[in-house]
Amino acid sequence: MKLKKNFDAVEFLKNNLVPIMFIVICAFCIPLSGLSPSYLLNEIVTRMGRNIFLILSLLIPIMAGMGLNFGMTLGAMAGQIALIFVTDWQIWGIPGVVLAMILSVPFSVLLGLLCGKLMNMAKGREMILGYMMNYFVTGLYQMVVLYFMGSIIPIKHAAIRLPRGFGIRTTVGLANLRQCLDNQFAITIQGVKIPVLSFIIIAVLCVFIIWFRRTKLGQDMRAVGQDMEVAQAAGINVDRTRIIAIIISTVFAGFGMIIYLQNIGNFPTYTAHSQIGMFCIAALLVGGASVEKANISNVFLGVILFHTLFIVAPRAGAAITGNAMIGEYFRVFVSYGVITLALIMYEVKKRRARSQGGQLLAQAQKEGGVQA
Amino acid sequence: MHQPATAIALQYWLKKMGYPRLIIGGFLLVLFILAPITGSDLTTQITNVINRFSWNAVLVLAMVPMIHSGCGLNFGVPLGVLAGLLGGTLAIEMGFTGPMSFVMAILVSTPFAILFGGGYGALLNRIKGGEMMVATYVGLSSVSFMCIMWLLIPYKNPSIVMAYTGEGLRSMFALDSFYAGALSNLLEIDLNRLGINLVIPTGSVVFFALLALAVWAFFHTKTGTAMTAVGSNPIFAKASGINVDRIRILSVILSTWLGAVGVLVYQQGFGFVQLYTAPMNMTMPAVAAVLIGGASVNKASISNVIIGTFLFQGLVTMTPTVITALIHTDVSEVIRIIVSNGMVVYALTRKTEESA
Amino acid sequence: MRSIKKDFFGNQVLTDINFTLGAGQVLGLCGENGAGKSTLMKILFGMDVIRETGGYEGDILLNGERAVFNTPFDALEAGIGMVHQEFSLIPGFTATENILLNREPQKKNVISEVFGSRLNTLDYKEMDRLSAQAIQKMGVEIDAKMLISSMPVGHKQFTEIARELSKDQMKLLILDEPTAVLTEREAEALLESIRSMAARGISVIFITHRLREILAVCDQVVVMRDGKVVRDIPAGETSVEDITRWMVGRDMQAAAAPAPEAAKAENTNAKTVMSIRNLWVDMPGETVRNVSLDIQEGEILGIGGLAGQGKLGIPNGVMGLYEAGGTVEFEGQAIALNSPRKCLDSSLAFVSEDRRGVGLLLDESLEWNVAFSAMQIQNKFLKPLLGGLVKWRDEKAIHAVTQKYIDQLQIKCTSSKQKARELSGGNQQKICLAKAFALEPKFLFVSEPTRGIDVGAKALVLEALRKFNRESGVTVVVISSELEELRQTCDRVAIISGGQVAGILPAAASSEEFGLLMVSKVI
Repeated sequence: MKLKKNFDAVEFLKNNLVPIMFIVICAFCIPLSGLSPSYLLNEIVTRMGRNIFLILSLLIPIMAGMGLNFGMTLGAMAGQIALIFVTDWQIWGIPGVVLAMILSVPFSVLLGLLCGKLMNMAKGREMILGYMMNYFVTGLYQMVVLYFMGSIIPIKHAAIRLPRGFGIRTTVGLANLRQCLDNQFAITIQGVKIPVLSFIIIAVLCVFIIWFRRTKLGQDMRAVGQDMEVAQAAGINVDRTRIIAIIISTVFAGFGMIIYLQNIGNFPTYTAHSQIGMFCIAALLVGGASVEKANISNVFLGVILFHTLFIVAPRAGAAITGNAMIGEYFRVFVSYGVITLALIMYEVKKRRARSQGGQLLAQAQKEGGVQA
Repeated sequence: MHQPATAIALQYWLKKMGYPRLIIGGFLLVLFILAPITGSDLTTQITNVINRFSWNAVLVLAMVPMIHSGCGLNFGVPLGVLAGLLGGTLAIEMGFTGPMSFVMAILVSTPFAILFGGGYGALLNRIKGGEMMVATYVGLSSVSFMCIMWLLIPYKNPSIVMAYTGEGLRSMFALDSFYAGALSNLLEIDLNRLGINLVIPTGSVVFFALLALAVWAFFHTKTGTAMTAVGSNPIFAKASGINVDRIRILSVILSTWLGAVGVLVYQQGFGFVQLYTAPMNMTMPAVAAVLIGGASVNKASISNVIIGTFLFQGLVTMTPTVITALIHTDVSEVIRIIVSNGMVVYALTRKTEESA
Repeated sequence: MRSIKKDFFGNQVLTDINFTLGAGQVLGLCGENGAGKSTLMKILFGMDVIRETGGYEGDILLNGERAVFNTPFDALEAGIGMVHQEFSLIPGFTATENILLNREPQKKNVISEVFGSRLNTLDYKEMDRLSAQAIQKMGVEIDAKMLISSMPVGHKQFTEIARELSKDQMKLLILDEPTAVLTEREAEALLESIRSMAARGISVIFITHRLREILAVCDQVVVMRDGKVVRDIPAGETSVEDITRWMVGRDMQAAAAPAPEAAKAENTNAKTVMSIRNLWVDMPGETVRNVSLDIQEGEILGIGGLAGQGKLGIPNGVMGLYEAGGTVEFEGQAIALNSPRKCLDSSLAFVSEDRRGVGLLLDESLEWNVAFSAMQIQNKFLKPLLGGLVKWRDEKAIHAVTQKYIDQLQIKCTSSKQKARELSGGNQQKICLAKAFALEPKFLFVSEPTRGIDVGAKALVLEALRKFNRESGVTVVVISSELEELRQTCDRVAIISGGQVAGILPAAASSEEFGLLMVSKVI
């Protein structure tokens, strides 16, 4: 009886290693950082409003068995392009955000389609392919934004152009879009500002994802995710289903990026997207998700834990070592480290299942021998 | 019905060369032709290309052992680079200067390379089939870990630590009094005296040639043969009594060590050491170069390395000058990004079967 | 549905097959491996393989009309369902979800009206109802809400059957060895459900090696051999012994006159060179449960048996390619299991049945393929350089040895530098043999040496093995599904059934004796 209980505890620890590790690190770092609880809470709530949508976009490809969608950055780029246009057309406030979202859809669909097709050509290697697609499409993005915008694609306002006449300045200011979603219906409780509208949008997406799981398409994706061959044999169009999963993810990532950037209020044109994928994936994994399994609660837990660490790490690092840079590097190390760990655990688990058959056989022979 | 023999031969040749290689090669040829027209000095360009070739070739060579043993493209190059950086900085810290510091840097980095490579190889053995993704992130997390270490390791040499605090290494420092040009100045052939503006860094090129020869020779030995077989069909190798895991670790150690030497060679040519996040930027050019050279995810040869490095570095050095002169815009960085990453994406989609 | 008639004429695999099956009847189909059962069912089910390999001749008549199935979906449409040997289930789904996979009842909603029917929500209540109905039709109890991954094997099998039954138009169900993975009680339940299905008017084609089951449940028995129907009689008029005889019985000549070499007198005093005790091997699909076997020096021992009974597991286990346990002694020395190197060091060699997967370096030259093992194990074909510090590959010696075997085994290739991938199956097999010969072993396992190669090459390969045995005195163990081939080549033949040795007979023993052994312990 007691033995069994111990076993379960070990199992629980094993399955939730990453979140538990993070809770411990956070518990250790928060007092060291010396930040006030209300400041901390305020920051976390802000970051939840800012990031959750982006991270939710990762869920659908995981459901379809395509792993962590490192290609979500493609959606982020689509969102940025849409924002550049909206800024140039000077459409402000919530209409601007909505327009940007609508505008980002064709770009996202196109990039998602490309990405999905390539992933179908490299089955079993979706993640590394998505990762490389980031860099490849970043090149295309730079080509368009740095050389085509203003020369081929009309950009009216000199304010966002580079002085040479074409290309976009290294920073695009979104002063007039800034926090327009967050401030709508925002309420402040004891100094903590809650961006109600952003949270409503997130809630709607959560409901959508739950509903989506119950649709025919969602069911097909789950089937494809677990066993492509069986799904194919049952008449499901596997390739098409996978492409749709990536497109949906890319479109949501585009929306998520727009929400993210309206909160920040400006973005570095050429680098804003580059770290997004990594931070979102790290946060999701911190929340206890794995390469093949993730749900909405992982997203929320992950955002809270990951961003708590993010906020306190530099201060805590400075408090321990007297060097703020160390905390800075430490949090980068932690994000990479978490992803590395999750990937390793995933691959090891895939291989572990195989070696169990032999023990069963040896046992069967022994038992058979006793009977004989 | 009957195709002329020449057409068949041409088709065969095209297929063998691979379209990406031909396109890039052709593009490079056009650049060479355009160079004089746009007013840039062709011989200066050639000097540049040869120079950059000599800096980078060893790093590209570091791809070969791991590809051979079936570990895929070595996205874990940063590990080797870190070993090289440790070797370089420690050699300087120990007070070595001049060419001697280069020799010491290689010697000091060797145990680190073996250590890192061994651990990394053992890890890769546990995750066969998923090497590339994990390798990428092992590289990234070890680089960020070393970022912390560069600050914490108590280096004292004033020419490499941060000027104002005296603690932690600078993010970049010059190698003038250390191993800058340790190889490239060796036996340098300067044709300027003959009126030709061409400088050949003989030492670097010969050094690369020696290493390449060593790698080539290695693959003709018993162990090297086993390594190729492991990459070609690990089950066959296992059935032939090969310890597949051990061979794979060996290949990773070799790759890591070549990466360490590669970065030192790069630094002696470049003249500076870049620390902190810089090693992350060493991976893509090396991976892309070997792919452009005609390697695939599981096959690579020395000639792939030479051709690939030449094409890729040619592209990188020629485009800024020539294209900028033509359209008065510097698109070289963007072209580099698109070509190198496009190459990797192409290579990943080409081989569909799982690497076991 | 009144009757189904299938006629196939044509290629060597299947010749002139005719039989009919009435509605609500159960037909038992049996025959040795390679008798053509699977091919026949593939044709009936419209599998892609058939079309890709040039289609078939003859007609399938369904309800008196000619039916052409280009894809399995056509066959499904027409009311034919098939339960394959391998499970085709999604592990993380419940039984209900699997039963209704891709045929889920759906409800329309606002969004799906706009974006198309794939966004319909699933009707879970209706799904539960349909799956309950299908399970009930089958007449056994399984938990519809249970995840497949946590089910016992038998329930997985029932889930598959229920999936076929849930299709409204289902008229004919093909069960391909459904009881192979079941326990006795589960199998009994399955037979019961077959009876109840038949009672509901569904016809069943039941393929199995367990002859008693056929007699227990079928109305009619069809026995196939060598692509022909040898018997088609009502189940009531036959017995296990009869069926066995029809399954393995050959033409009178072959049975009466075994090859002269095989007639070599059995020497009961011969030294035992290898003794295997209580071997188990975890090889998927070829599990060895408990094998004890003595092999005599200088003989050719055949190991035969039906597919899936474990004969292939024996060499793979001894040579360390799959996890194994038990004891194996070679020349009085215990051999470590799970270590290919130790086996090769003791002068054992193995030619794998999986030529392309295990046997060859497909992307390397023939020279490499032939010389590699010998080079790595015995340091042959190496030149020591720098006082032995470096072991350099001796390309000349490699070329010479490869050329020797190319001539000796008549391997057809453009040169010894050709890639192994480019060779035909028979020539690839010869390269595998050359690889083993180059090791100059004392003991050789050869697994399925003639699988997938043409008649001419077959004879050559077997002849080469015999010659190798007689001239070099090497003990050879041949594992093959083709009993006739074993009887012609070997001195003694051991039959494996149910992962155990069912018995060892001299090659001259009659077909009936072999046949009985083959099915004796089938599980």
